[in-house]
Amino acid sequence: MSPRTRLWVLACGVAGVAALLAVTVWRLPPFGGARHPYGERAVEAALASRVANAVASVNFDQRAFDTLGEQAILFGSVLGTVVVLRQTRDERRVEPEPAGVAGPVRRYALIALPVVLLTGVYVVAHGQLSPGGGFQGGVVAATGLHLLYVAVDYRALKRVRSVHLFTLADAAGEAGYLLLGTGGLLAGTAYLTDVLPLGTFGTLASGGTVPLLNAAIGVEVAAAVVVLLARFLDQAIEIVTSGEEGDRAPGTDGAPGTGGARPAGGTGRADGADGPHRTGRGGAG
Amino acid sequence: MDELPVALALLLVACAGTAAVATRDPVRQSLVLGVLGLALALLFTVLQAPDVALSQLAVGTALTPLMVLLSVRKVRRKARSERREEHE
Amino acid sequence: MSVLPYLVAGWLFLAGCVGMATSRNLIHAVGSLAVCQSSTYVLLLAVGYRRGGTAPVHSDIRPGSRPLVDPVVQALTLTDVVVGATVTALLLALVVQVAKRHGTVDPDELRELRG
Repeated sequence: MSPRTRLWVLACGVAGVAALLAVTVWRLPPFGGARHPYGERAVEAALASRVANAVASVNFDQRAFDTLGEQAILFGSVLGTVVVLRQTRDERRVEPEPAGVAGPVRRYALIALPVVLLTGVYVVAHGQLSPGGGFQGGVVAATGLHLLYVAVDYRALKRVRSVHLFTLADAAGEAGYLLLGTGGLLAGTAYLTDVLPLGTFGTLASGGTVPLLNAAIGVEVAAAVVVLLARFLDQAIEIVTSGEEGDRAPGTDGAPGTGGARPAGGTGRADGADGPHRTGRGGAG
Repeated sequence: MDELPVALALLLVACAGTAAVATRDPVRQSLVLGVLGLALALLFTVLQAPDVALSQLAVGTALTPLMVLLSVRKVRRKARSERREEHE
Repeated sequence: MSVLPYLVAGWLFLAGCVGMATSRNLIHAVGSLAVCQSSTYVLLLAVGYRRGGTAPVHSDIRPGSRPLVDPVVQALTLTDVVVGATVTALLLALVVQVAKRHGTVDPDELRELRG
C-alpha cells in the first residue's frame, strides 16, 4: 500500500471513529452525575469488611480474582521483556566506565534515597487505610532505588541490585498472591475470599487478607520494575551487539539484506575494529 | 464554578497528549510524555482519585520516559556505529 | 462541561492512533500508544466522578458523611496504569530487538519479510 493510500485509509477510519464518538458522548451518563449504583455498593462492601480505602477493597477483596489476572499480565510482560532483552550469543558485555557526579547532586540524591524507599514501603503498608497500596508503593520504591544510579554510578547500582534475587522476588510475589488465595479454599469457601479476622476499622491490621495481598503485589511490582529497568540499562550501557561495532553492512538504504540469519561475527571484524567501548570488556556471553 | 480546575486540567492533558504525538523525536517525546504524566496526575487529583494519581505520578513521570530514553540510547548507539563504518 | 471529559478522552485516543499510524520511528509509535492508553484512564475516571464528591478513602472522613466518587473505576484505572507501563516495556524491548536484527526502527523499511 502506498503511503498516500494509507493516509486516506487512516483519515476515513479516524473520521468514522470521531463521528461515532461525537454521537455517543451525548448518551453517556453525564459527567459528575449523582447516580453511581456500583460505587455505592462497593463502598458499603468495603466498610463491611472494615477497609478504610474503598479502592483497595475493590482491588484486593471484591475483585481480587480480576487483580490476579491483571498481575498475570504484569508478570507475563516482565517475563517477555527479560527473554527478549537477554544477552545473545553474538553479544558481549563491556564494563561501563566510572562517571563523575556533581557534589550537590550526589549529596541530595543520597539523602533522598532512604526517604524514597521508606515512602514506598509506607505506601504499600498503609494501602488499606490511605491512598496507596502495592501497585503504587512498589513503583515508588523501585524507581527510588535507581537514585543510586543518579547519585553514584551504574556500578554502585549493580552492586546493590542483584537481578537474580529480584527475579526471584518477582516470582515470590506472584506465588504469594496465588497461595494467599487458596486460604479461601482451605476455609471451605471460594478462591481469594477474605477469610482472615477483619480486625478494627482504621488500623494497620484491618481488612483480613487485603494488607497481605497488598504486600504480595508490592513485592511483585517493585521487583518487576527493578528487573525491567535492569534489562534496559544492561542493553543501553553494557551489552554490545557485534553489529554495533560495525562488523556488518549497514542496512540503511532501504534494502534490508542483513539480519538475523547471518552467523554471529560473520566477517570476523568484530574483534579488530576500533571504538571507545573496546577496552576492558567483560566475559563474552 | 468549582469545576474550573477539572476543565483546566482536562485541557492541559489534551494539549500535552497532542504535543506528545506531534513530537517526532523520541528523546523530546519522552520529556513531553513526562509532562503528560504530570498533567494526568493533576487531573486525577482534582477528579478525587488520589490512588490513581499516585501511581500515575510514579509511572508516567519516571518509569515510562526512562524506558523510552534507554531504548533510544541503545538504538542510536547502534545507528551511530553503523554510520561510522560507512565513513571508514 | 458535561461532555468535555469524554471529548478529551476521544481526542487523546484519536491523536494517539494518528501518531502510531504516521510514525516513522517505532519508539515514537510506542510513545503514541502510551497516549492512547491514557485516554482510557480519562474516560474511566470521568464516568466515575460525582460533583461535590470526595475520594473514596475513609482515613479522615466519617463513613456516610459525604458523597463519594466511584471507587470501582478507580480500581480499574489503578491496575491499568501499572500494567500498561509493563506492556509498554515489552513493546520497547521488541523495538530494541528489531533495531538489533534489522538495523532500523523505521516501520517502512521493515516491510519485506525475510527468512
